[in-house]
Amino acid sequence: MDTIVLLTLTGLGLAALYFLVASGLSLVFGLADVLNFAHGLFLGVGAYATWWAAGNLPGAGGDGFGFLLAVAFGVAAGTLVAVLVELVLIRPLYSRTIEQVLVTVGLSLAGVALLQATWGADARPFPRPDWTRQVTGVLGAQVPNGGLLLIIAAVVVLGAILAFLRWTRYGLVIRAGVENREMVTALGIDVRKAFTLVFAIGGAAAALAGALGGVYFGTVSPGQGGSLLIFAFIVVVIGGMGSVVGSAYAAVAVGLLQQFVNYYGTSGLGDICVVALLAVVLLLRPQGIAGKVATA
Amino acid sequence: MEPILEVENLSVRIAGLHILQGVSFTVAPTGVTVLLGRNGVGKTTTLRAIVGLTPRGGEVRGAIRMGAQSLLARPTHRLVRGGLGYVPEDRCVFAGLTVAENLRLAERRGTTPAYDKVYALFPELDRRGRQRAGSLSGGQQQMLAIGRVLLNDNRLLLVDEPTKGLAPKVVTEVAEVLERVAESVPVLLVEQNLAVVRRLARGAVVLAAGQVAWAGDAQRLLLETALTKSLLGVGSAEGHAPAASGGPAGGKDGH
Amino acid sequence: MTEVKSPEVPAPPAAVPAELTPDTGRWHRVRPFLPLVALVVALILPYSTVHLPGIFEGPLNSPGTLQLLAVCLVFGGLAAGYDLLFGRTGMLSFGHALYFAAGVYGTDILVTKAGLPLWQAAVLTITGGTILAALLGAVALRTVGIAFAMVTLAFAQVGAILVARDFGGLTGGEEGLPLDVSGLPPALVGVANTVNLYWLALAYLVVVIFVVHRVSGSPTGRVLAGLRDDERRVGVLGLDPYRFKLVAFTLAGGLAAAGGVVYCLIVGGASPHITSSELTLSLLVMVVLGGPGTRWGPVLGGILYMYLDHRLVAFGTSDAVDALPAILSRPLSQPLFVLGTVFILAVYFFPGGLASLAPRLTHLRKTLHPHP
Repeated sequence: MDTIVLLTLTGLGLAALYFLVASGLSLVFGLADVLNFAHGLFLGVGAYATWWAAGNLPGAGGDGFGFLLAVAFGVAAGTLVAVLVELVLIRPLYSRTIEQVLVTVGLSLAGVALLQATWGADARPFPRPDWTRQVTGVLGAQVPNGGLLLIIAAVVVLGAILAFLRWTRYGLVIRAGVENREMVTALGIDVRKAFTLVFAIGGAAAALAGALGGVYFGTVSPGQGGSLLIFAFIVVVIGGMGSVVGSAYAAVAVGLLQQFVNYYGTSGLGDICVVALLAVVLLLRPQGIAGKVATA
Repeated sequence: MEPILEVENLSVRIAGLHILQGVSFTVAPTGVTVLLGRNGVGKTTTLRAIVGLTPRGGEVRGAIRMGAQSLLARPTHRLVRGGLGYVPEDRCVFAGLTVAENLRLAERRGTTPAYDKVYALFPELDRRGRQRAGSLSGGQQQMLAIGRVLLNDNRLLLVDEPTKGLAPKVVTEVAEVLERVAESVPVLLVEQNLAVVRRLARGAVVLAAGQVAWAGDAQRLLLETALTKSLLGVGSAEGHAPAASGGPAGGKDGH
Repeated sequence: MTEVKSPEVPAPPAAVPAELTPDTGRWHRVRPFLPLVALVVALILPYSTVHLPGIFEGPLNSPGTLQLLAVCLVFGGLAAGYDLLFGRTGMLSFGHALYFAAGVYGTDILVTKAGLPLWQAAVLTITGGTILAALLGAVALRTVGIAFAMVTLAFAQVGAILVARDFGGLTGGEEGLPLDVSGLPPALVGVANTVNLYWLALAYLVVVIFVVHRVSGSPTGRVLAGLRDDERRVGVLGLDPYRFKLVAFTLAGGLAAAGGVVYCLIVGGASPHITSSELTLSLLVMVVLGGPGTRWGPVLGGILYMYLDHRLVAFGTSDAVDALPAILSRPLSQPLFVLGTVFILAVYFFPGGLASLAPRLTHLRKTLHPHP
């Protein structure tokens, strides 16, 4: 019983990480048709900026309020990079989908190399508050607090994004734009402002994933974003591109499947099951669990 | 009277196909001007070129002017804010949004949206505010698409096949609404239903093979049955049977 | 004399093969022979003891240089094969590394673990790689566009996981699997025989170029080009886009697997980094830098990319770079930073890649010397 609880909660922790990366990807893709390979870079920037701030930023540190400040700095840095990428690199190629993908590919290669050049290829120990190293007893299972923190953060982010989409003017524009971008402009709205906004949201969520993922894994390395990104892509496709709620469901399904199969089967088998799940979903429902048609 | 819109020598090429080849016409500053022609002749392409929605890779040449102002090469949202209202083919309401949200989307900062006017024309929209637009009937969706545009002041309305796929009774309702709308705003209308054309149109422009084949008084065109038949391939004023509804949106004209 | 001037010489779109662009003068007469010249140069290279300081570390016929050149040639062929998908059919696959890796690991495992003779291992591997491509392509091609890209990426990820987790102890996991050379033909073993590996790589490149050109010149190739330009039009003709795309996908997969066989011999084993999505992304970079859909662009792009990837490491640690302040020297010591940046610039400023430079240079020359 307690093994199942533990696996469920660690699986949900993984799902939380996937969701934080996938929600932004999904919005960016749904609204702007950009498959953003540079999204892993936002995660890396968030992780390294948090790591750097904890050691160097006055007032920030590895614990308590100082840690909060460090994470806030990391998220701000990731957001800033995401906005700059959109304004400088993506916007000039507006509606040229393939070129945009190519640019984000180049950016992911160059960006990771830059992180590596600056901080080395090896993993570095990540500053983390003491309480995240401890475990909490949940129904008899000893669950690492770092994982619980990820789950809470993901739920908060999910709620915040949904509230934003539901209650604000820009949220309305984004929801409409995911359905039919052209018609939004035909109502007199400059939809490109919303592009910048979804990049900012996605960048912030990914940077948060980087910071909290650093806490969870205990280390930070330049390539971390890349491997997470592939599973986030899978989550986005399964969930239906453009649907935040779909991403959340898919993230939970993928995280749990991966965790349980990796535990009860061989290590690595869970990852393969996830890809098999993707193939099955595509064969049965090419448009994903929810949302926009994925075959466009 | 000065025309509200002048289209001069408009040529549009999309994916290597010459869809429009030197189209010139004007739209009168009052009443409805109807754009006619057989399927695939480029009517929708013309409207989309005017409102700046030619697909990427498409090439637009010529001149489009509203008053002294050139419309070409300006982004769509600016054109629309400048008073060009566009009601697209297949309605294009946001199916996942509620009726109220669809209308709210058209609100603009600094102006007061004319909800009273829209709700007076379409009381249904007021009653169904919380309903998802995707669950409305075709006629209601068309009302929403028109109402959305009427929230703001327009200098010219472009309306693309508003009666397509609607039941005869609803066609009459839509025509009534357009008639009332046209009392205050000039309209450039694409319409296949000749009964609707007869009821609404003053001016007519007929496209054939990517060019203007005939332009003049709409009522005179309809009186000359032989001419109508040769230009549009239909003989009577009954018009086309309503096209089968529910086809996927977009791309009917000249793709 | 009046000169006939073309009104404008725009950079041809990537879709137009270079040989179709109008051209005049001496260049025009020399041009068809350039590939032949390149081939002759490639053939005499191993007999040359010329030392090119800065470009290669040893003389041209030294084993180190020949191995580098062989790797470059293999990637020239890989890029040309990948272009069959990207440049000529318009399919954005992010999983091409999988079939290459299947070739490398397939050969390695069959020779080292199963003890098969090389030729059997090669035949089995290429057949297996082709079948793998056909099976996975059949699923992935149910989607199009960006979804297709993501699905191929996910499939390739399975390959990476299988290799990294070392199921059944076949792949050697993170360590990689050195090739057991005891059963190989002696002519392919040993530093002194590097030249033979070079010949093998050159032969592979020539075969790929031949196949790709034959296919794109055939009726099938014209359908593929039609798919790239507008899939609907092909559908209207009553042809099934799915089947044609599957043919291209399978063929490209088979060519990549064959490249894997050669690569495995050149580097003497397999290592997990060839399964990474980064390799597919590199292929994409090669093709775009070279000029997608052009006759020689992808080959040039592949050769140049691999060369730079290897040489930039040396460049990054050279004195000239070290002398720069750290903020410059560190990024410059990362080949991927330099290549990624060049790639982004290329997407913006040279959409046709290297292949589009030739017509531009011709135009420039014409402007400078108006009389032929």
